[in-house]
Amino acid sequence: MQGLLHQLISGLTTGGIYASLALALVMIYQATHHVNFAQGEMATFSTYIALTLIEAGFPYWVAFALTLVTSFAIGAVIERVLMRPMANAPVLASVGIFIGLLLIFNSVTGWIFTYTLRPFPSPFGEGAPLLGGLVSRHEAGSAGVTLAVLVLVFLFFRFTKVGLAMRAAALNPVSSRLVGVRVGRMLALGWGLAAAIGAVAGMMVAPVVFLDPNMMGGVLLYAFAGALLGGITSPVGAVVGGFLVGVMENIGGAYIVGTELKLTIALIIIVAVLVLKPSGLFGRVVVSRV
Amino acid sequence: MLAWAALLAFAAVVPTLLASNYQLFQLTMVAVYAIAILGLNIVTGFNGQISLGHGAFFAIGAYVTAILMSNYDWPYWLTLPVAGVACGVVGYLLGFPALRLGGLYLALTTLALAVATPQLLKYKLLEDWTGGVQGVTISKPDPPFGLPLSQDQWLYLFALAVGAVLFLLTANLVTGRIGRAMRAIRDHPLAAEAMGIDVAQFKTRTFAVGAALTGIGGALDAVAVQFVSPDSFGSFLSIVLFVGLVVGGVGSIPGTILGAVFIEFVPLVAQGISDAAPGAVYGAILIAFLFLLPSGVAGMLRSGWTRLAKTANAIKR
Amino acid sequence: MLLELRALHAGYGDTQVLHGIDLAVPESGVVSLLGANGAGKTTTMRAICGMIARSGEIRFAGERIDGLSTEDIVRRGIAHVPDGRGTFVELTVHENLRLGAYTRRDSAVASDIERMLTLFPRLKERLAQQAGTLSGGEQQMLAIARAMLMRPRLLLLDEPSFGLAPLIVQEIFRIMRRIRDDGGVSLLLVEQNASLALAIADTAYVLETGQIAMSGTAEEIGRDEAVRRAYLGY
Repeated sequence: MQGLLHQLISGLTTGGIYASLALALVMIYQATHHVNFAQGEMATFSTYIALTLIEAGFPYWVAFALTLVTSFAIGAVIERVLMRPMANAPVLASVGIFIGLLLIFNSVTGWIFTYTLRPFPSPFGEGAPLLGGLVSRHEAGSAGVTLAVLVLVFLFFRFTKVGLAMRAAALNPVSSRLVGVRVGRMLALGWGLAAAIGAVAGMMVAPVVFLDPNMMGGVLLYAFAGALLGGITSPVGAVVGGFLVGVMENIGGAYIVGTELKLTIALIIIVAVLVLKPSGLFGRVVVSRV
Repeated sequence: MLAWAALLAFAAVVPTLLASNYQLFQLTMVAVYAIAILGLNIVTGFNGQISLGHGAFFAIGAYVTAILMSNYDWPYWLTLPVAGVACGVVGYLLGFPALRLGGLYLALTTLALAVATPQLLKYKLLEDWTGGVQGVTISKPDPPFGLPLSQDQWLYLFALAVGAVLFLLTANLVTGRIGRAMRAIRDHPLAAEAMGIDVAQFKTRTFAVGAALTGIGGALDAVAVQFVSPDSFGSFLSIVLFVGLVVGGVGSIPGTILGAVFIEFVPLVAQGISDAAPGAVYGAILIAFLFLLPSGVAGMLRSGWTRLAKTANAIKR
Repeated sequence: MLLELRALHAGYGDTQVLHGIDLAVPESGVVSLLGANGAGKTTTMRAICGMIARSGEIRFAGERIDGLSTEDIVRRGIAHVPDGRGTFVELTVHENLRLGAYTRRDSAVASDIERMLTLFPRLKERLAQQAGTLSGGEQQMLAIARAMLMRPRLLLLDEPSFGLAPLIVQEIFRIMRRIRDDGGVSLLLVEQNASLALAIADTAYVLETGQIAMSGTAEEIGRDEAVRRAYLGY
């Protein structure tokens, strides 16, 4: 029982990271109907930036904040430079561009920071586990941070003017322009925000798995599974999906298939969702009128 | 047609006589990749289904060959059709669910497959066959009938022959009725459906054929390299095949060969700069091609050729 | 003149729909644009708002706007109620209204929204509902309310009566008359329902296959034999 509880809580913690990345994916999908295959690599790059700042002497949370700002900027620039011209391209072309981005980010990260595994500090201390040994300090802190991010994003979209405008631009760009919303700017903002959220996910995961250029490959896969499971058209769904995948991955890995096949679990979830309920738990099927 | 036959003859004779063993190995690898990209081209280029996971079929083909040769002493050439069939079956089963939804979801699923493949190959329960992390080693085949060729020369000619046959078969498939149906599905899926083509069934079968072809490429790869291990078949491979497809020319059979040349030789050049360079080069060239040369090198050559022909005609008059 | 179109050409891709039209909307006036299906009425509206490729002169309050983007055009004081309402169907009624006030920086937004809800009591009842669940008539009212919240100087209305029951249409036109009477806004109205359009307008234009066939006061146009036979049914 103790073991199961620990797996559950662990699953929720990693689930928080998947949920964050899934949210980033869904945000970009909602606005552009594209899946950012490079989201994981961008997050890894951001995490390295954080490490560089920390090693340069900045206190953790200052480095954290600076990394968020930098990641935001990078995301916004990519949208302007690369995505804008590709807005009306066929699916094959846009998928290709994202893959190209993935490759570039991955290689540049490796080139600048080398491929040796690096430890990444956790701001929550290495002290004794909490909750009677069920949760490590980092797990608890990471869960808190990701939860805070998700709540802030939710509040932003629900209650601020810009958040509303971003949602409107994603849902109906034509009508948005008619009320004066600068749709292009909203897209760049969305990309920036998604990149920043990805950076948070990266910085929370790195202390656990150690930082290396290929760190986010598997995490991205879980985030995909979570986004699909929750419904790629629903931000709330993506978050719920991410948490569910985290739990499933942990419990499945511990009790069913063993930790070596955890990625396969993600694959199975993806295929299962697409076969049984493509719109996910909370999403709506996009009906294309013939 | 005559031009291709001449080209084939040239390719068979000249390198065999002049190239070093290592160069022959490189050319063999070009053939291997050409066959692999051909499989991807069938699916993505001619049928419009985006696959980012064809490396998985390459891996399956390679492992089938390696296991049959090392555990059951099969002759190398016999393993190729088995690899093809095995991949075809897996492709069919995978195609079933994923192809019902288009573009993006298929790309996602196949990428997931690509990422999960190395883990699957390392799986403990399959270790007796797959050799786990260490992989499987097989021995280099000798030329048959005591022909006066080195092992590398024979391997090259063998790969060339297999490639030529597969390319011929595929070209026939693609120019015929089936090919037209494939392209109809790619360009106007609703119209194709309305015309009575069972789109779902067709897509799945096309996916199976594409998987089989790439699987044979993988089988050849195992024979050429004499070694298979899980980490050589990661998601990078699938992505590299995709890049080769775009660079060579999506939907172009001759382009496939150009794409294979690209992915065989570019990393060698790029690695001189740094270990990380090949990825960045692939990424940059991929994006550049998608913006500037969406029909790949083959497309560029074709339009250049057409322009040349037009000018020649104009001058004639 | 608040709005002036001079030799306006517009179309979609290779298809030219407008072949050089001249049109003017005065300050605090109502202008109706009549015409059959396909004449180019909606195209004219879209051209004014920069939603499609166009050439020629469009002047708003003396300034040329024919080269600007939609967002910049509407920020100068033009509100467009498009054909099909253009409602944000996934957002709530309240969020739709808030979007109408998006570009405004003044503090009167809340009181303006209140005013709109008094003008459109049905919207007040459904404030938290998803806009897509509203009836056609209610969505039309929402679209008009949203446009009015922009405090425009010119209100473009594209087929406000389309697909609506006669009683609802009456109510909508009553609201439009109220807007006209309150003053401060000019209206450019595109309507297939010619009699309603002429009843509310000061001046009218008749558009036929991308060209202005006739123009004059609403009375003149309404009395014209050809117009009566073609558009008024008698």
